[in-house]
Amino acid sequence: MSTLPPRFAEWFAARGWSPHPHQLALLAATGNTLLIAPTGGGKTLAGFLPSLVDLAGGGKGLHTIYLSPLKALTADIARNLAAPVAELGLPIRIEDRTGDTSGAKRARQRVDPPNILLTTPESLALMLSYPEAPKIFAGLKRVIVDEIHALAEGKRGDQVMLGIARLKTLAPGLAVTGLSATVADPEGLAAFMGGAVILRADPGPAPDIAMLATRAPAPWSGGGAHYAVPDVMAAIAQARLTLVFVNTRAQAELFFQALWEVNDANLPIGLHHGSLSREARQRVEQAMAAGALRAVVCTGSLDLGIDWGDVDLVLQVGAPRLVTRLMQRIGRSNHRYDQPSRARLVPANRFEVIESVAALQAVDEGVLDGSPRGPGPLDVLCQQILLTACAGPFEAEALFDEVRSAGPYAALTRDDFDACLDLCATGGYALKAYDRWQRLMLRGGLWQLRDPRAARLIRMNIGTITASETLQVRLARSRGGAPLGQVEESFAATLEAGDTFLIGGKVVRFERLRDMIVEVQHTPTRNPRIAVFSGVKMASSLQLSHRVQALIGDPARWDQLPADIADWLEMQRRLSVLPRDGVLACETFPRGDRWFFCLYGFAGRNAHQTLGLLLTRQMEALGLGPLGFTPTDYALLIWSTDPVKDAAALLQPEVLKAGLDGWLAGNSLIKRTFRSVATVAGLLPRNLPGQRRSGRQATFSSDIIHDTLRRHDPGHLLLRITADEARRGLVDFDRIEDMLRTNPIIDHARPPHVTPLAAPVLMEIGRVSVEGEGREREMAREAERLMREAGLS
Amino acid sequence: MIRDVVFAGVRVQARASGALYWPQCDTLIVADLHLGKSARMAARGGALLPPHETTDTLARLEAELHALNPARVISLGDAFEDALAPEALRAEETARLAAMAQGRDWLWITGNHDAAALPGFGTVADEITEQGVTLRHIAGAGPDISGHYHPKARLAGQARPAFLIGAEHLVLPAFGTYTGGLDCGVEPLASLVGPGLALLTGARLLACPLTRPTGRKDRRQRV
Repeated sequence: MSTLPPRFAEWFAARGWSPHPHQLALLAATGNTLLIAPTGGGKTLAGFLPSLVDLAGGGKGLHTIYLSPLKALTADIARNLAAPVAELGLPIRIEDRTGDTSGAKRARQRVDPPNILLTTPESLALMLSYPEAPKIFAGLKRVIVDEIHALAEGKRGDQVMLGIARLKTLAPGLAVTGLSATVADPEGLAAFMGGAVILRADPGPAPDIAMLATRAPAPWSGGGAHYAVPDVMAAIAQARLTLVFVNTRAQAELFFQALWEVNDANLPIGLHHGSLSREARQRVEQAMAAGALRAVVCTGSLDLGIDWGDVDLVLQVGAPRLVTRLMQRIGRSNHRYDQPSRARLVPANRFEVIESVAALQAVDEGVLDGSPRGPGPLDVLCQQILLTACAGPFEAEALFDEVRSAGPYAALTRDDFDACLDLCATGGYALKAYDRWQRLMLRGGLWQLRDPRAARLIRMNIGTITASETLQVRLARSRGGAPLGQVEESFAATLEAGDTFLIGGKVVRFERLRDMIVEVQHTPTRNPRIAVFSGVKMASSLQLSHRVQALIGDPARWDQLPADIADWLEMQRRLSVLPRDGVLACETFPRGDRWFFCLYGFAGRNAHQTLGLLLTRQMEALGLGPLGFTPTDYALLIWSTDPVKDAAALLQPEVLKAGLDGWLAGNSLIKRTFRSVATVAGLLPRNLPGQRRSGRQATFSSDIIHDTLRRHDPGHLLLRITADEARRGLVDFDRIEDMLRTNPIIDHARPPHVTPLAAPVLMEIGRVSVEGEGREREMAREAERLMREAGLS
Repeated sequence: MIRDVVFAGVRVQARASGALYWPQCDTLIVADLHLGKSARMAARGGALLPPHETTDTLARLEAELHALNPARVISLGDAFEDALAPEALRAEETARLAAMAQGRDWLWITGNHDAAALPGFGTVADEITEQGVTLRHIAGAGPDISGHYHPKARLAGQARPAFLIGAEHLVLPAFGTYTGGLDCGVEPLASLVGPGLALLTGARLLACPLTRPTGRKDRRQRV
């Protein structure tokens, strides 16, 4: 099967095409393969070609599974494959299967599967949990994992790899093909697949990428980049179709709004982000495909997926954060293999200008970034154990071996596996209260469900995506108005009737909350509130942060920066310290009746926020009277009644670590992580839309369960998984440790007043105030206000 | 922390723990302990929640008894998750509960969860009337003191279990550790209590008016 059969060669020739070398290489390969190719490189066809060739002579049963992180992608791929299959006259049945597929069709597929099944990680996990799984998958030959670089970044990827390990047990000899965009560490990705031969496509010509020239210089602070709106508008007007990538959903809403304010020519510009309703997103995608749009303001929601239009310019608004992702986004433009992609960077403030320059240098040098994710998380393993039990009895030893054959779990210890099995069976509590009621029991050497009816509940809990609680936003109409999108429950809770906020680029007025739906009306008000979409704010990569720090610390290289930025750094150098390679710079200066301590950690906002919590706690103990702090991506600014004199004492790793393990473990960030972990592990039932609607008092908060567990069972596995995950996620303590390790020298300056580098941080919004039992005071104040208003006090 | 409340002409003390103390009768009132909840959920094939909530609830109740040493304790119903829960308790939990009843009167008001069976000490009644105020599980003809709804109220974005005090009804928050709650703005709770006061429990008691000048009438949420 090493060369293209004549029938296929003729098909290519008839279209005036010749197969790409990597398409032929994949055809010739055996075993697991990982294809790294830029967008537009015929990656998908390359992935399917071996299956099409293999099935050309006819085939029975399920031959190939195609997995995509996006549900919408499976339908698109089905359409795209239909053409060559029809033109080649191949006897192949191709079907998709997602959460949207009808029950009847899904039931039929379990009995009579197609030759090629296009599906998602969650649907595959579900299929594997049915008792007939061995029969369905026995003849499977190939699995294609699309956008594997994106899947590998999260738990969905771990679940996919566990699923594939299962498939390999059911269908020995199965070959897996991963399709990936350009990544920093292809070997790491191959290891994630449990080992694979790496094939590299020609990366194509170097991209045409630069800073967007703007009339006004970037401001000191802020993240909106609104200073550049006229220049962005001009760039859009000159291009055919522009993708404007913005880092957060809230900023995308604001930027979209700002663009329309200067859109005098009425160019069709759309908005696309993950909190908009599916209908709204599909409308934009279809308009793009139809060539009806000139620009789309979007977030990571358009990072993946097929190309909906003829994009010829990509704009990155705000810091690039990750060179690898920047490269992938750039690839969204000029989807022709032989032409360079065109992209322009639009930093939002002066720090981001430096980061953008550093990112351009990295692109130029071809140095990509990204950190390895660490071993596969145990909550995903727990779910896999439960789903395996749904399919039928299993032997612990055999399942352990199978799990270890999955790349992310190659180093799993038997102790950890047994702990997960115990958690699934009994809850894993120190107090063995549920022995009579365990979910899994050992009978005749095989683990199985105590009550087979439990399978239904377990299947309802499938998947590793646990978004924060969100509420739908709809126009208030008599019979349910158009869905606009969703906002987080915590944001909805702060809304009062008459409040206005932005969603989908429109200003709406909150009317009321009914049946868990936020009902709104359109309103022409200005200055609306901004819906908050919390979650992990992506930090710039370690590598890029180090580049930024090195660039700031080396005056000889300042000629690479815009003149106003170089002047800014020069002023800083004269007055105080410069952050530089291996040096953690910090400053103490007075302003008004307060003292400020500014630390240039370059560790990202999450890590700086954690550090702020830890340091102010210590300062409180030292009697320095901390009042508040502001974390940014680059620095942490703390203000207090008394000055920090000994920075080194404050920054001792052991002391910080102790604080993290102690009081911070009860922090709300940790509790949020716990909810997600406990849900994935199957301990907490997922909140299903239908159940929540009834709103009875039956459900109770995961916070109470977390607190109870911490008080009575502090060694519990779920708390360990939570701590591990928070360290890398919301709390990001790993970045703090890295910061201290790579910057062993602490340079503490005492300038007479606020410094050029600290000034932008001082202007940033997003302050965290520190009060002993701050939340209690806030509630008490609110209570007093309400009582006064009501004339009750 | 304690707050004196005059309800239907009777002076009672709302406590930050969620218990209510009636000084004139030297009586401590608690509602909806839901003892044995996690074990019964597990038995029904539900989630295997940390099995510590009974210990936790008993410890908090002990602390209240220690602080007040009341002559009588009244449980306002749903002391147990269901009819089988008393037997599902571990021996030490049962012993701990019995020890608390030593030397005082203990009255179990029956609830909708535990109507069938209660442990072998104390007396059982559907309701009891003291000084013109009826104590029962689910609010009926006022004035009465009841439980059942697990009321919660929200301040500055934070939901907490709360006492609801209207003209005719005083509703206690659930005392049990694993008990969700119903927002005080949701029916049938909102119209039941009417205008009055909510007392939020927690580290300290916080009072806020019950009828709020906003359109939040049918807010419904999981708390």
